[in-house]
Amino acid sequence: MLEIKNLCAAVENKEILKGVNLNVKQGEVHAIMGRNGSGKSTLANLIAGKNNYSVTSGEVYYKGKNIADISPEDRALNGIFLSFQYPVVIPGVNTTYFLKEALNAKRRNREKDEINAADFMRLIKEKLKEVDLDETYLKRSVNDGFSGGEKKRNEILQMLILEPELAILDETDSGLDIDALKTIAHGINQYRREDRAIILITHYQRLLKYAVPDYVHVLMNGRIVKSGGKELALELEEKGYSWLE
Amino acid sequence: MNEMKDTLKKENTIIDEAISQDYKYGFVTDIEQETIPPGLNEDVIRVISAKKGEPDWLRDWRLKSYKNWKKMKNPSWAHITYPSIDYQSISYYSAPKEKKELKSLDEVDPELLETYNKLGIPLQEQKMLAGVAVDAVFDSVSVVTTFKKDLEKHGIIFCPFSEAVLNHPNLVKKYLGSVVPMTDNFFAALNSAVFSDGSFVYIPKGVRCPMELSTYFRINAANTGQFERTLIIADEGSYVSYLEGCTAPMRDENQLHAAVVELIAHKDAQIKYSTVQNWYPGDKDGKGGIYNFVTKRGICKENNSKISWTQVETGSAITWKYPSVILKGDNSTGEFYSVALTNNYQQADTGTKMIHLGKNTKSTIISKGISAGHGQQTYRGQVKIMKNAQNARNYSQCDSILIGSECEAHTFPYIDVRNPTAQMEHEASTSNIGEDQLFYCNQRGLSTENAVSLIVNGFCKEVFKELPMEFAVEAQKLMEVSLEGSVG
Repeated sequence: MLEIKNLCAAVENKEILKGVNLNVKQGEVHAIMGRNGSGKSTLANLIAGKNNYSVTSGEVYYKGKNIADISPEDRALNGIFLSFQYPVVIPGVNTTYFLKEALNAKRRNREKDEINAADFMRLIKEKLKEVDLDETYLKRSVNDGFSGGEKKRNEILQMLILEPELAILDETDSGLDIDALKTIAHGINQYRREDRAIILITHYQRLLKYAVPDYVHVLMNGRIVKSGGKELALELEEKGYSWLE
Repeated sequence: MNEMKDTLKKENTIIDEAISQDYKYGFVTDIEQETIPPGLNEDVIRVISAKKGEPDWLRDWRLKSYKNWKKMKNPSWAHITYPSIDYQSISYYSAPKEKKELKSLDEVDPELLETYNKLGIPLQEQKMLAGVAVDAVFDSVSVVTTFKKDLEKHGIIFCPFSEAVLNHPNLVKKYLGSVVPMTDNFFAALNSAVFSDGSFVYIPKGVRCPMELSTYFRINAANTGQFERTLIIADEGSYVSYLEGCTAPMRDENQLHAAVVELIAHKDAQIKYSTVQNWYPGDKDGKGGIYNFVTKRGICKENNSKISWTQVETGSAITWKYPSVILKGDNSTGEFYSVALTNNYQQADTGTKMIHLGKNTKSTIISKGISAGHGQQTYRGQVKIMKNAQNARNYSQCDSILIGSECEAHTFPYIDVRNPTAQMEHEASTSNIGEDQLFYCNQRGLSTENAVSLIVNGFCKEVFKELPMEFAVEAQKLMEVSLEGSVG
């Protein structure tokens, strides 16, 4: 589904990614772990198409196609979803309205009819339960006045509603207490399916206890320095990252 | 380094594309106009007055205003730049020819109806439009007045200003210039001398006006200044909601527009005045466009009265406008809700004045400025709490949003408090439409165009919700149209 070949990227002339290789197939869950500044978020944003990075070499293939020239919205419409590390506030824009616009953009792209209001409310109420948010939340502006935990749940909620094919979760677990963490993990497991793929970006092993990955990769200084199964996460938890340097 | 430049360039291109768009209402109606030659002197004023069949007192009032105006100077304190206006090159009167009594809409010049159709306000359907009466002003002379009969039943007077002068001279004489004196400012003085026409509204005691009153203004004759005069009086315990909306045809020369609006709210009365202003803003290079120098002021004359201004300003090359409220009655309330948008080379210096004279008076100011392209946006607001205004309160909030890197936003709040019991709150913010916000929306599958529209409308929400329903929809549409080609 996603194939990254020798990807090198820089921001403001500083090299962040120095040759990343990654292959993610349908049905797989990959965890990418690493310290702050190792390039994890850069990688996530690059896949989603954020344009303030310059790719100096290498390619990203999604569903077999080089996506270098594809706009962020077209990537999204074709099934790439990014759960943001720091979701932005959009004052005055109602959360329900925003979600409905996003869903309808996707439906239009697939030449499906727009969802009607009643069906949408049914859908959103069902998914709200999965992420343990109450309905008052729907009346608020996008991420406006949300706690850190609410913002992350909102990201997962959007993932459940938009049903992407490739979900990249950028530190969706950071700053969460254990209950919120379990809720997020529950959401991820709800989403997980044979025809979908997930990339979990995280510092810690604790999310991976509840949302168990098939593969774990360690990103260090812009390169994947080690890959393994889920047990690698435990090893990292125990030993830290320095033994890999 | 080149890559960085490319990235920046790319971002700017995205924004440019999102905000560039042509004025959709640019067309000139080919109707014969009766226009007097350019120039201004006492004789011209006499001609205007005579053409309208005005009584002597009004002609003299005009002449007195003209004498005052001659002594005054074009104000230069606003944060706007424009070539000096040659007032002798402007024609001060223009009226569609063949004005005759019209019994029904069928008698209206089909071409004029077509013009309104292009504007999306077909007169034919206006009767069916739920609760909206329209006094359509086409250049200087009112052509069609509808709903008058329904209003008459309630004793409400809603008619062209020129008609009120003839039919209700005592009311006009009593209130004209009582809120905006002829000496108030340069443009108000000019208007007082040469005003063409406008609307007159009187709501009798205890009457709640059963429908929104609305007027569509249009500038049509080339080189003809428009000088509307509007006077709205809400007698004791009455209520009225008045809507004003404008679009104007595209042309190259600048057109001067200097209106005066006066509102008078008596005891327990309430006036809600909403404007959607979309005069021709000039082209992408700043050529052409309307100069809009407007004096709008209301007085809460007696206790427990309320005046509320809501404006959505998306048009004009230059906007100079400060709808204000004098809070004279105790417990009276003044409100100002504003969205102003400047794109390309548009300049807007707008805001409000809240003058607190009475006890327990309250004012609220919510101002939202949006600047794109090379737009210049200034909020200028004055809150004055006078000595006897015990327990006066004001809340002001001025937010600006910048789209792109060539535009500017300025805020000039003036606060003058002369009573220690006053409570004042002022909040201000300036932000960019962030790349992060756009990317977030893009990542959810929304195009940049849609995202800009979504963000801007969200930003304006506090003001839009003050607009009557049908206006709110129009306002949102206008924002989208003003910001780009086809944002849906």
